[in-house]
Amino acid sequence: MIHLENLCRYFEVGNQIVRALDEIDLEINQNEYVSIMGVSGSGKSTLLNILGLLDTPTSGNYVLSGVSTSKMNDDEMAHIRSTKIGFIFQSFHLIPRLTAAENVEMPMVLSGLNLKERKEKVDNALARVSLTDRSDHRPEQLSGGQRQRVAIARSIVMEPDVLLADEPTGNLDSTSSKEIIKLIEELNKGGLTLLVVTHDIEMGSRSNRLIELLDGKIVKDKKN
Amino acid sequence: MRFYDLLFLAFSTLIRYPLRTLMLLIATSIGVMAVILLTAVGEGARDYITGEFKDMGTNLLIVLPGKNETTGGGSPVDLAGVAPRDLTVEDAISLRQIEAINRIAPIVVGETPAQFNGLERSVPIIGTTPSFLAVRQWEMESGNFLPGVTLDRSPPVCVIGKEVESELFGKNNALGQWLRVGDRRCRVTGIIGTEGRAIGIDVQKIVVMPVSLATALFNRPSLFRIIAEARNSWEMDHIKKEIIRIIKKRHQGKEDITVIRQDAVMKSFDNIFNVLTMALGSIASISLFVAGILIMNVMLVAVSQRQSEIGLLKAIGAKNKQINYLFITEAIILSGSGAILGLILGHTTTQVLKLAFPTFNFLPPLWASFVSLIVALLSGIIFGLLPARRASKLDPVIALSGNK
Repeated sequence: MIHLENLCRYFEVGNQIVRALDEIDLEINQNEYVSIMGVSGSGKSTLLNILGLLDTPTSGNYVLSGVSTSKMNDDEMAHIRSTKIGFIFQSFHLIPRLTAAENVEMPMVLSGLNLKERKEKVDNALARVSLTDRSDHRPEQLSGGQRQRVAIARSIVMEPDVLLADEPTGNLDSTSSKEIIKLIEELNKGGLTLLVVTHDIEMGSRSNRLIELLDGKIVKDKKN
Repeated sequence: MRFYDLLFLAFSTLIRYPLRTLMLLIATSIGVMAVILLTAVGEGARDYITGEFKDMGTNLLIVLPGKNETTGGGSPVDLAGVAPRDLTVEDAISLRQIEAINRIAPIVVGETPAQFNGLERSVPIIGTTPSFLAVRQWEMESGNFLPGVTLDRSPPVCVIGKEVESELFGKNNALGQWLRVGDRRCRVTGIIGTEGRAIGIDVQKIVVMPVSLATALFNRPSLFRIIAEARNSWEMDHIKKEIIRIIKKRHQGKEDITVIRQDAVMKSFDNIFNVLTMALGSIASISLFVAGILIMNVMLVAVSQRQSEIGLLKAIGAKNKQINYLFITEAIILSGSGAILGLILGHTTTQVLKLAFPTFNFLPPLWASFVSLIVALLSGIIFGLLPARRASKLDPVIALSGNK
């Protein structure tokens, strides 16, 4: 499903080269539940950004669902993000002026789906995260846990192959965190490949596979 | 992305920031309103001036004493600086030989006291012929205009304006009364019903008398001007040449008159005011570009403020051109709505000005509305391009982390 080969991502900071990711080789299979852990600056988020096609590697090869992404242009990468990848962020990233339903609908708006199809998919997605009764609420009218559930609904509405979550419980209390972890685990059980960047040791231990990064390199890769 | 989604997203953003949206709408609407008002003033001035000429009548030629162009210094008379010969009643009579002329109205102008029954006021005098009534398209309120006698006869009659009637005669019937004008007396035969101005004089304040009586009154043989009315407009050039030929012959071969075609003067004024109106419109259009720059600045700030949203849109599959369209649509909606608001305000204000100043016709031209709308929209598109481009080129990773 995901194949990284000798992948590097360097940043120039002043006169120095920072090796955010250094010669990463990684294979992730469909329906895996992978936790990526590591200290701050270890390269977790950079790895997630590259896997999500938000960033491009300095060198190396990234193959997603059998397609090499190395020579893709911006529009092609946008299309892949729209159809194959779902994102969940620590700070939810909901558009404040839109309702929960409109936020969930947004990826389909960008894809140009018609209203009828959108309505059906939005209803399904909100039902899956148990927020049907909050569809008309704006983000400011929702709790943190509910906002993250809206974000999860938005990430799955296009039925992607892989879900990338960057500290999905980082801004939540323990009760909400448990709910969110349970929800994304259910999605994984439903067939979705799940990659979670987390500092939460419990969440890491619940995943099928734990990858630990340090200074841009994979220092641990073990199955739980 | 579908068009209605684009509109919905753009509108939802504008509604989300009402103060900012209102300020930008006001900026654009002031620009459009300025175009409408200034062109309305220009067009109103054009209408006023051409209206004044039209009020003088149609197919008119005006003969003035003196030559309005520089000629080579020739005779010793020229070098001595002697004034041109006066236009006289005889000159006017001589023009009757031109068959293409329908009517001739020589004019003498002066001012003198008029008295009736112990009341006196200074009145402007116009000495002319009965033709003047038809040439100027005046109407009589009561009585008759001047009698149809030969030009060189001076029956002691006069017609007066309504203000002269009310001031000197009060509630008495002025018709048939003897009015003392200067050292002469004339019987009032009619009251002029027309309002407005003639030769720069308020018609309600004047006394009109036969031209010979006026020349005798002012002891001055010279005419102020001669107005000739052509039978047909296409004969105007021919008449002009004939007038010059006849007067030149009468003035010992010296061309010392100026003949103006009323329609030519009107056309010149028309052209001048058209250019003036367009110039005013162009100056006002600058404010539309200023509004465009304001939109650009505010939208550049908005791009910074909405980095996180732009990053999210990119993360969930927005293409660069979709981000571009979104920001340009916002700019177009802002400038277009501002332009429509400006059109409404501009046209409403001209209506209010019309009520406040009824003598001046504020006429916003149709082209000004179209041009200001187009310029406002273009300004929105042009000045929306830079923020839109900046938004579309944002790095999604930086954008997403920007407003965390």
